[in-house]
Amino acid sequence: MLRDFRSYGALTVAFTAPIVVVSGENGVGKTNLLEAISLLGPGRGLRGARAAEFGRRLPEGPLPWAVAGRFENGDWPAFDLGTGTPEGGAPERRVFRLDGAPVRSQAELAERVATLWLTPQMDRLFQDGAGDRRRFLDRLVWALEPHHAREVAAYENAMAQRNRLLAAERREGKVADPAWLSALEDAMARHGVAAAAARRGLVGRLNATLAGGITGAFPAARLDLQCGTAAALDSQPALAVEDELRAAWAANRRRDAAAGATLEGPHRADLLFTHVPKGLPAGLCSTGEQKALLVAVVLAHAGLIAASRGFAPLLLLDEVAAHLDAPRREALFAALAALPAQSFLTGTDAAIFQPLRGVAEGFLARPGELVPDSDLPVPGAG
Amino acid sequence: MSDWPGDPIEQLVGLLARLPGLGRRSARRAALKMLMQPDRVMLPLAAALQAAAAAVQPCRICGNLDTRNPCGICRDPQRDRGLICVVEGVAELWALERAHAHRGLYHVLGGTLSALGGVGPEDLAVQPLLARIAGAGEAERVEEVILALPATVDGATTAHYLSDRLVGSGVRVTRLAQGVPMGGALDVLDEGTLAAALKARRDL
Ligand SMILES: Nc1ncnc2c1ncn2[C@@H]1O[C@H](COP(=O)(O)OP(=O)(O)O)[C@@H](O)[C@H]1O
Ligand SMILES: [Mg+2]
Ligand SMILES: [Zn+2]
Repeated sequence: MLRDFRSYGALTVAFTAPIVVVSGENGVGKTNLLEAISLLGPGRGLRGARAAEFGRRLPEGPLPWAVAGRFENGDWPAFDLGTGTPEGGAPERRVFRLDGAPVRSQAELAERVATLWLTPQMDRLFQDGAGDRRRFLDRLVWALEPHHAREVAAYENAMAQRNRLLAAERREGKVADPAWLSALEDAMARHGVAAAAARRGLVGRLNATLAGGITGAFPAARLDLQCGTAAALDSQPALAVEDELRAAWAANRRRDAAAGATLEGPHRADLLFTHVPKGLPAGLCSTGEQKALLVAVVLAHAGLIAASRGFAPLLLLDEVAAHLDAPRREALFAALAALPAQSFLTGTDAAIFQPLRGVAEGFLARPGELVPDSDLPVPGAG
Repeated sequence: MSDWPGDPIEQLVGLLARLPGLGRRSARRAALKMLMQPDRVMLPLAAALQAAAAAVQPCRICGNLDTRNPCGICRDPQRDRGLICVVEGVAELWALERAHAHRGLYHVLGGTLSALGGVGPEDLAVQPLLARIAGAGEAERVEEVILALPATVDGATTAHYLSDRLVGSGVRVTRLAQGVPMGGALDVLDEGTLAAALKARRDL
């Protein structure tokens, strides 16, 4: 149920099939619909937008908005989850309700709903810097370990403070208090090793899931976390790695002051993708192959979430199918049908989803509404 | 209601709204409540404010706010003088007192280290703490310093910094047990949690 959400006035629709297809022309509201679904999980949704942007724009300004869903998830009792900005409330203040009662923390949501997505914006991941791939990985970790975001933020906070002290020393010639620097490096070591260990753990589990064949005939990927701290954890206990980092940062204060940055640490980590059938790194792959790499990782992540949380995540694949050739597309459809997740696929051309007849339920998106696609009827309904 | 800047009502509301926990709306309600009963509420409050402002000052030993200087805690002969609990501010000191969790003395730091916020060691009562420990007579020798600082990056950094500066002073340095939630400010914790965290403190 959507109310005054972006291009939608009021929309009520039921998605009953394990795969849902939404097709329609550019600008009719397909991504908006996926974004609305993504907001039922913790976080800021697939565009990373602020709550004030979601309200339907009228010439007078944005309206209060709401997104609500009833989850009927196999063995679990059904529950209703809603989010939005309340009538008369501040447009930036988004609230959640679970079965009508206010939700106090996002952790409460994370216990019930997980939303993951792939959007066209993420195609840049292989061209952009390591920071975007690190953030991509951190979001995947965060979906499984809610503490991870805090560890990363605490690490970056302590590092920013260390950089500030070293910069002041260089600028004003005033020697930074070594006990203060050690204290900051201690915080960096504790939080940095925790963050690196969580990333390393997830990459290992994703690789194991991918090696287990979760993508079926769809090309699999292999991930490689490039991070000295994570690598050190292969051979040493975490406390020893913390000590090594403390020693390295203490020894390199002059160098880092001159560079104006902390040159070593888990904040320099990168995530490399390898296309398994080709044995090629992502940078040497075609656009379609790069898309396939991301799809494979997201499929594996959905599988991990289902296994560790015990419920099916919502997998939102925006404009993914159009990038793939027909055999890959069909391999993807087969992998999705076998995945313990409910998947949503969008595209401009309804015809490419025809192989999903009998498996998926289709809708045609028109401005502000969705109509059932008679070529993709609800499976099992005649 | 007037928007005239010199309006005493607006001035009162503006001052009240600066207090923690009071937004402009609740400040306006508080002001109205007082104005409706000037003799029963407003003037006694004004007198109490004036008296407190004149009488209360920071303790020269620990930084607590009290009418006596040294404060009631520092003067209390029942208190264990070998045990000093270091807190960020007076609010945390009062919270620990409410919980009856600590039988020693205190030291109010006046904040936590924050390179981004421009708070350095010289802005906090670090030197007075070191001097207090070094200067204590044989009878009042400090055996243990408990760092009861918030579970934030700045709180942890400050605790690490202080323990570093106390190396060689001969005192045992401990900190609150885990159980204080990450990012948690002490003065909002319930008394049971505070007492438990203090009791199960750990060596740093
Ligand atoms: N807050 C808003 N209020 C009204 N319309 C909006 C709002 N935000 C986005 N839109 C409209 O939504 C449309 C884009 O929808 P989108 O879901 O991205 O299309 P597509 O179907 O191509 O994925 C645009 O026409 C845009 O103007
Ligand atoms: Mg779109
Ligand atoms: Zn005192």
